[in-house]
Amino acid sequence: MNALVALPVVIPMIVGALSLALWRSLPAQRVLGVLGTGALLAASVWLLITVAREGVLVMHMGEWQGPFGIVLVADLLGAIMTVLGAITGFAVAVYSIGTVEESEEKFGYYPLLHLLLAGVSGAFLTGDIFNLYVWVEVLLVASFALLTLGGERAQMEGAIKYVTLNLLSSVLLLAAVGLTYGMFGSLNMADLSDKFAQTEEHGLITVIGMLFLVSFSIKAAAFPFFFWLPASYHTPHVAVSALFAGLLTKVGVYALFRFFTLLFDQDVGYTHNLLLWIAGFTMLTGVLGAAAQFEFRRILSFHIISQIGYMIMGLALFTPLAIVGGVFYIMHHIIVKANLFLVSGAAYRLCGTYELKHLGGLYRSRPVLGLLFLIPALSLAGMPPLSGFFAKFIIIRAGVEVSAWPIVIVALITGLLTLYSMVKIWAEAFWKATPDNAPAPPQASGPMWPLYTAIGGMALMTVIIGLWAHPIYELAHTAAEQMLDPAVYIEAVLGETR
Amino acid sequence: MGGSLILQTAARALLPLLLLLSVFLLLRGHDEPGGGFIAGLVASSAFALYVFAYDAATSRRLLTVDSRTMMGVGLLLGALAGLPAMFRGEAYLAAQWWDVSLGPISLNTPLIFDIGVYLVVIGTVMTIVFALAEAEEN
Repeated sequence: MNALVALPVVIPMIVGALSLALWRSLPAQRVLGVLGTGALLAASVWLLITVAREGVLVMHMGEWQGPFGIVLVADLLGAIMTVLGAITGFAVAVYSIGTVEESEEKFGYYPLLHLLLAGVSGAFLTGDIFNLYVWVEVLLVASFALLTLGGERAQMEGAIKYVTLNLLSSVLLLAAVGLTYGMFGSLNMADLSDKFAQTEEHGLITVIGMLFLVSFSIKAAAFPFFFWLPASYHTPHVAVSALFAGLLTKVGVYALFRFFTLLFDQDVGYTHNLLLWIAGFTMLTGVLGAAAQFEFRRILSFHIISQIGYMIMGLALFTPLAIVGGVFYIMHHIIVKANLFLVSGAAYRLCGTYELKHLGGLYRSRPVLGLLFLIPALSLAGMPPLSGFFAKFIIIRAGVEVSAWPIVIVALITGLLTLYSMVKIWAEAFWKATPDNAPAPPQASGPMWPLYTAIGGMALMTVIIGLWAHPIYELAHTAAEQMLDPAVYIEAVLGETR
Repeated sequence: MGGSLILQTAARALLPLLLLLSVFLLLRGHDEPGGGFIAGLVASSAFALYVFAYDAATSRRLLTVDSRTMMGVGLLLGALAGLPAMFRGEAYLAAQWWDVSLGPISLNTPLIFDIGVYLVVIGTVMTIVFALAEAEEN
């Protein structure tokens, strides 16, 4: 059933178009939001199961054979990422029912949400570097609009930085794609991997690789290109923040994983060493930045950056176990990070502020919310038996195995400081008594149950990943095996034409 | 608000001609120069001309369907045009040619896709034009 590969891209496009056609009916758009993202989730899970059973699935769009036509490829990494994207999309769609204001819905919140999800799925599944650029643009255009929905001053300020740096990254990406095409006459990833392996011009390949590296590092918010993220992620509507936090930087991380396992593995000593430095600095700057913040979403934003460092560390070490750790980390991180943003939105609904100074008393008034915060927060900090513990454990173990002590020490320090940040939020927002100067909570506009449903579901998933870590580890292990053996991917895409 | 009498008269005469031309361009599109995109631009230029000659409200009434709804329907047609191939076990977007023809026009999925593009272009351009014109009028 190769048609399955197209579904995660086609479903959000169709649902998005439908909700655009039903522009006037907001209730219909809300129902479509939940049903559409639910269908996306079902299709993605089905795709993952099929890929796990039958191996890499390929679809030649419009029956134009690769390497000339555009291919959609679902290997395990792509399928896992698609499922994670769909989970976040579904949770955010449910959450939105309770939080998104009617004024925001009227400006096309739901069509944009679906467009963003289509772009994300497309980026995860495409097997063509120019097509990847197109999908990244699709999701960026949607994210620009979502970021400024509401049109407040702070949002515009954040959006300008976000748009400028992301456009710069897109230009670099396009330049790199153009150079690749000029030199090798192909855009198909599998075909390029084949051609890179045969050519002698390793120097030029490394130059192109560096262009891709800079471009994707900007998108992934890795050191030293992360400034746009903490400048913008705390400004939009909280459901949008959660969606961005879960998915957007991870598209950059995914692209790094894809490109630096499939395409640029000729000069590992240089490229992956550089990645290791980037990983170390990303972890440290992110976590130190978070320590200085006292705003709920700003703290979380800086932690996205430090967590990106762990994933890149997995890729940079480039041993089978490290790649397994990287994939596991992505799975754990997307769910936990999106959930923490969802919790911050719930706290905002109850207290009317994101400033830790003015928050307080949440544990006394809402003990369940406190518990639902503790699960992802402790998981992020790496407490056993939650998902984050296993993710960090695998990566640090991989570092120890190759005696990469400096990066292991950085990773451990980062873990400790993450715990400090999470305890800070816990102590300020949940534990301490409500401060006297607390602002009045905003006029509740929607029901609370969608918030609790989304947060609870995501927290449950964190616990499941922790308790049943072994099957998830096996899945990540198989994905890593596929990634480290590009022949499987190349064979699947080009097998029929070679 | 409104333009000169000459512009108003010309717009009335030109509108049906431009719309006919756009349909012509749309239908000859697959094998010869033309297609949904250029046809959509021609059609929206007709409605934009009406905005200049009269005002946004008149042009909106003439378009009858909300421009954003048009965008949605167009996108939907474009996305759905890829599906019939999947029911026949072929890849998404693979062209299907059916044995139904109406004179020189034959029914096939590229045509449906082109009609989708046509509607999206009209919808998008008119949404922008209306927004700009109404901002100026107010």
